[in-house]
Formats: sequence, C-alpha cells, structure tokens
Amino acid sequence: MPFYVSPEQQMKDKADYARKGISRGRSVVVLQYADGILFVADNPSRALHKISEIYDRIAFAAVGKYNEFENLRLGGVRYADINGYQYDRRDVTARGLANVYAQSLGTIFTETNKPYEVELVVAEVGETAETDQIYRLTFDGSVADEHGYVAMGGQADAVAQALKERYVEGASLVEALRTAVRSLEAQDNDRHLEAKSLEVAVLDRNREHRLFKRLPAARIEALLAEAGD
Amino acid sequence: MASHDAKAGRLPGLFVNPDTSSFTEFLGAYSPELLPGRRPLPAVSAGEEIPHGTTIVAVVFPGGVVMAGDRRATAGNVIAQRDIEKVFRADEFSAIAIAGTAGIGIEMMRLFQVELEHYEKREGRTLSIEGKANRLATMVRQNLGMAMQGLAVVPLFAGYDEDRDAGRIFSYDPAGGRYEERDFHSIGSGSVFARGALKKLFRPDLSAEDAALVCVQALYDAADDDSATGGPDLTRGIFPVVASVTAEGYRRLGEDEVGALARAVVEERYDSPGGPTAPLR
Repeated sequence: MPFYVSPEQQMKDKADYARKGISRGRSVVVLQYADGILFVADNPSRALHKISEIYDRIAFAAVGKYNEFENLRLGGVRYADINGYQYDRRDVTARGLANVYAQSLGTIFTETNKPYEVELVVAEVGETAETDQIYRLTFDGSVADEHGYVAMGGQADAVAQALKERYVEGASLVEALRTAVRSLEAQDNDRHLEAKSLEVAVLDRNREHRLFKRLPAARIEALLAEAGD
Repeated sequence: MASHDAKAGRLPGLFVNPDTSSFTEFLGAYSPELLPGRRPLPAVSAGEEIPHGTTIVAVVFPGGVVMAGDRRATAGNVIAQRDIEKVFRADEFSAIAIAGTAGIGIEMMRLFQVELEHYEKREGRTLSIEGKANRLATMVRQNLGMAMQGLAVVPLFAGYDEDRDAGRIFSYDPAGGRYEERDFHSIGSGSVFARGALKKLFRPDLSAEDAALVCVQALYDAADDDSATGGPDLTRGIFPVVASVTAEGYRRLGEDEVGALARAVVEERYDSPGGPTAPLR
C-alpha cells in the first residue's frame, strides 16, 4: 500500500541523501593561476583518480561516489572524442560537456530513486585567464559558472572559506599550490598534507596540443619545498 | 549530439556503457558509417583520378627514430597537391605516415590518433608499442575490400620504445600484415629508390640530426627517379615533413631546420647528382 509523499518531500529527501554521501568524502580544490588552472585533490590513491583529462584544453574533477563519477568521466571522454573526430578539435568545449553532464545528472536526480552522490568541475583553459571557464555541477544537475576558485567535497565550506582568504589572482604555480594545500588542510583541525597524499594536475596554457598534465609526486614535493613547507 | 537513447538529454546509453576502451569499437556501435571499413564497396575499380600519397622513409638511430615524407600527391599524371602532409604525430611517443589513397589514409590516421588518445584517457595508461602497431594492423585489414578496388592505404608506424630505449619501425601490407623492420624502411611509389639510398647511407651510430639528413637524402633519390615523389621545392619553399620520436617525445622539425638540410642536399647534388658515394670496400 503506497503512502503519498509530496514531490517537495521526495526531492528534499533525495537531495539530503546525495549531500550526505558527498560530505563523507575528502575535498578537491580547483583554482586559476598565472599559467592556467590548477587541480588539487586530497587523494592518497595512485590508481583511482579524482582529476582527469577530458580533451586538449578540458579537465574534469569530481568528489563523491567513485563508480558514479567515473561513469560520467568515461562518458565525457567518449562525448569529447566523438565530437572532436566528427567536427574539429576546436569544437569540443567545456560548455557543451557541462550541458550534457547537467542534463544527465538532472534526469538521474528526478527520474530515479537514487540520485548520484557526486559533484563535478568541468574546466577549460583559455588563451588568457579571462577566457578560462570553470563549471561546477551538483548532483541535481545545477550548473554554476565559477571564477577564481572552487572547493567541493567533504568539508567544502571550510575549504572554500580558507580559499577565499588566501586566493590571489595570477599567482605562480608554487603559490597557487600552497594556497590549495593550505585550504585543503582546513578540512580538519590538525591536518598536514604531504605530496604522497595529494593528487595534483594542471591545465597549462603554455603547453602544446594536450594541455593537461598530471604532476608526479616528486614534482609536487619539490613545489611544496619551494613554497617553504 | 545525436541521441541514440529514448531519454533525451542524458548521455546516451552507449556513452556510459563501460564495455570497451577502443574508440573504433565505440564508433562502430554509435555511427558505423563513420568507420572506413564499414562502407559499401565501389562497384567498379577506382581509376587513377583519386589523389595518392607517395614516398615515406624512416630511420632508427640510438635512442629514437626519424620519419620523413615528401609533399606530393598525384592523381594519374597530374600533381594533385604540392604540399600535402603525410607524416603525423600518432601520440606522444609515436608517429604514423601514410602512402596510397590519400583520403582514406588521412581518415585512418585521424582515427588511429583518436584511438590511442581515447584508450590512454580511459585506461590511464598508454598502449604498448606492439599494442599500437597491432591496432593499426586491424584498421589496415578492415580496408582490404577497398584495397581490392584500387583504394589501398599502407601506413608506416614508428615509435620510441621506453623499455628498450630505442626507436622501432613497423610496416604493413594491404591485408593487415604487420612486420617489424630493422634499422630503416621506406614505403610508397618511390620506396624502391629510397631504400637503395637508405641502405648505403645508414649507419648504426647516426645522430638524430644525421638520421634526418639520411631521410632527406633518400627522399631526394626517390624524387630523382620516381615521378610521383616530389623533391625539395626551393622556389616555393616546400620541404619534406621530418619528425623525430625520442624519450623526449614526438617532435616535428621546424621549416627552417628541414629547409637548411634540404638546401644543403640540393647544393651538394650540383657537384654530384647521385649524392654521397659509399666506399667500395
């Protein structure tokens, strides 16, 4: 015998469920720096990435349930590659991809019982900082166009607050990485993050062809040392 | 984006179906007509009016490989294109070049590039060099029907093998046979003449720059005897495309670098039209 549940209550329950799932995970930070966009995740795993390359100028960062955002990432890679193959590499944009993700997440949220417990960032590096694009997508398919920095995941509010205090436009990679790591440390009271528990990647507009680059642990360590850690 | 899913708007089921990391297989399910091997064969054999790409050479040197191609495409007796490019980056550590029907070859090359990148992005690792070479063999084999109708494409694949710290070259036949070549190889209409030159000019201790020079010399010799291969075009400033693949990755030599090599080769041929002579014993 089904009970009546009002649509408002149903949506609220789903949203609470999704938020709860996301808040259990660790955080990810995305911020603009002098040469492009920097992605930093509090993620000790070398195999299960939270940050990935989608296309020449586009990258993807996610928090929440791994199998769910991995599914979206793989779909995004196919979407990007097929469009780049049929048209031209320049015709693959973060805006287009964000739209597809928004539609997917929105449909899953309204039409299925279990919403995806994920939050995503789709970012595209432009020729200049003004043309960089950062889109943040939430579990219900909402899209926000962000500037400067984004924090998502477990303690997103605390991390975002820390970012707000530290973030400066046009920072060097070293400074930006320090800002990101310090902000991620705001997740807990006495957190100290080391190179081996960080996943770091950049979209560097000065590279050629494929602008995404994952930084190896040794390089992260060197950058953190330079930042005076 | 065309939707193959009833639930409009969402990523169509095929996009999120995790069964394969091969772009070609995905494309075959999504839009089979986009695959070179899935089209109806022409009823009659294609004539000579479709442009053909010609000579490609590749030379291994310690720590890498150099690949080069002339710039001519021919349609019968007509020069269809003076500045076609036939040597491309396949991925960070490999290069692909095509000879034969230019249109199909370029399509195959593009598909191969996406195939390698797609696998790398999905799996988080690059294919082994043998894996890449085998993948290309499958693509060539799928074109066999077209090849029988006169639209053959034969690629040459070369890359840097990290495990061996060495360059490697793979050649193909139209049926998809894959053969690893030692030291050097050439394909295309001028390949016979180029191979003769390569044989005499190759040494196992070439530097990267000398390996590029060997390639330019060999292409000059191919153009000297094969009407479908273009020599260095000094008046228009059109020179071969030369690319090297080493531990540093794929690098296409700049116009100025190749221009200097080509001019030196042409200059030297004023005195000895047959090029450098090999010692008799």
